[in-house]
Amino acid sequence: MTSDTNSTARKVRGGVSHTLLVIVALIFMAPLIYAIATSLKPADEVFTPTPDLIGSEVRWRNYVDAFQFAPFGRYFLNSLFVAVVGTVVVVVASSLSAYAFARLRFRGREQLFVLFLGTLMVPQEVLIVPMYWLMQSLGWVDSYWALIFPWAFTAFGTFLLRQFFLTVPEELEEAARVDGCGPFGAFLRIMLPLARPAIAVLTVFTFIAFWGSFLWPLIITNSVDQKGTVPLGLAQFVGQQGTQWNLMMAASILAMLPTVLLVILLQKHLVRGLLVTGLGGR
Amino acid sequence: MATATSTEAPPGTARAERRPRRLRRDGRYAWIFLGPSLAGLALFTLFPTAMALGISLFDWPVFGERTFLGIDNFTHLLNDPIFRKVIFNTTLFVVLYVPLNLIVSLGLAVWLGPQIWGRQAFRVLFFIPVMTPMVANVMVWRLLLQPGGLFDSGSQSLFGADAPNFLGSTSWAMPTIVAISVWQGFGYNFLVFSAALDQVPQSQLDSASIDGANPLQRFRYITWPMITPSIFFATTLTLITSFQVFAQPFILTGGGPGVSTQTLVMYVYNQGWQFLNMGLAAAAGWVLFVIIMGITAIQFIGQKRWVHYDV
Repeated sequence: MTSDTNSTARKVRGGVSHTLLVIVALIFMAPLIYAIATSLKPADEVFTPTPDLIGSEVRWRNYVDAFQFAPFGRYFLNSLFVAVVGTVVVVVASSLSAYAFARLRFRGREQLFVLFLGTLMVPQEVLIVPMYWLMQSLGWVDSYWALIFPWAFTAFGTFLLRQFFLTVPEELEEAARVDGCGPFGAFLRIMLPLARPAIAVLTVFTFIAFWGSFLWPLIITNSVDQKGTVPLGLAQFVGQQGTQWNLMMAASILAMLPTVLLVILLQKHLVRGLLVTGLGGR
Repeated sequence: MATATSTEAPPGTARAERRPRRLRRDGRYAWIFLGPSLAGLALFTLFPTAMALGISLFDWPVFGERTFLGIDNFTHLLNDPIFRKVIFNTTLFVVLYVPLNLIVSLGLAVWLGPQIWGRQAFRVLFFIPVMTPMVANVMVWRLLLQPGGLFDSGSQSLFGADAPNFLGSTSWAMPTIVAISVWQGFGYNFLVFSAALDQVPQSQLDSASIDGANPLQRFRYITWPMITPSIFFATTLTLITSFQVFAQPFILTGGGPGVSTQTLVMYVYNQGWQFLNMGLAAAAGWVLFVIIMGITAIQFIGQKRWVHYDV
């Protein structure tokens, strides 16, 4: 009897808890829902005296018009190019050095590793001034290389992959090396295939960091129409009179889409990646 | 670990005699493996870090003559009322943002325990603004806060009055930026805390429950000691990233009204690329670096006191 009322009480409490959670989640999502709704409204119905989600028509055309209103096609291609090349450089450089720290014995390994970790403490904001000067010296101001290379060598990737490599049993490699594999063979044929989950995590974090990066492109890009990335393109409209908010929201939603898809596809790996390293993307 | 000790076999065994040769051979390859990262970090991190200190000692316009100033840029910062205000603003942001972020993320992580149905979906949901471009998220909030936007029209129809001028008033602007930043950023710590809470063994909580411990006691004496490493990690990282706040005030208020929401990184940006005074920008950047090193040091000393890594 008492246990019966107890379980009913628990069910009621669970139900209330769930309902509250759904409400919290809806409030949390409200800005994005409102943004999506705005991206589908006609321009003259964006600001209305009473809040409403759906205008007189659902204008999917806004998503096409946004690309004519501003060179968003160009911005998306630029962002994609910078993020993909940057990610490839990060993954290649990090996996190589991570292998050295995890598996090869050389003088000064521990000290060098501490130095690598120490660089994680240096914030980007300290580096931007000398980096701008360095780019001037290299003649890289307003170039794709300047958007890619300065941030393609972070110790974060090395650290993340090293932690993973250390969990791979050494016997797997020993066998390959007895069979005549050099360190490069062992790295390419044994380590990299095994490290696929960790590399996936690094790829996603790096891609997302490049994709959303704002401060550095703002500094180093002069010809936004030519070399601008998506965040720069969006920020162009801040404070302008007569901003086309419906088109702006269409572009903003499109800018979010690739990263949202990546997170949904790789959700399990991402949580594990956070745990393996105790570190997130930068 | 086991393999590491096995390579350090007693001297005189065949294995130990073979080791030096192996060491040399590995060493040669090691530098090839390390090459790209080492060169990249040296050129793009170590050298610029030192160079930043160098530039901070000069009057260094983007173009034109450079003059050595010694520590004049730093004394200028100390005496600049705008820089003082900027330090105050940044500290205010940190003091409001960090506790709010931690409370919201830990509270939701505890609430969304393993018995909650659809919890993975909630995790992904809260993580979305963390991973999407900051500028896109902030643009969404600019829309909401426009006159006639969601807040304004909502307030009109509910109370028949205009919403406060959230971004245009000195008293509202900073709290608004903090609130938007918490909305955008708490999902990261939420994920860290949920993962940590999953590691707390249910059996211990159950047996404490049988022994008559109430939920608060169970949290205080079982859960809390086990998740302190995560809380320590999250606090340190959140503190550091919050001192670096830039895009939110830059796009929402441009630092205004007046300089009431101008932050340290905005000051670096303005000095460097609006006033073209790289020396002062580099000096302000180093102030940020010193703050971050200080937090890291304090946290690492402090953790010995209250983090239970051994539990």
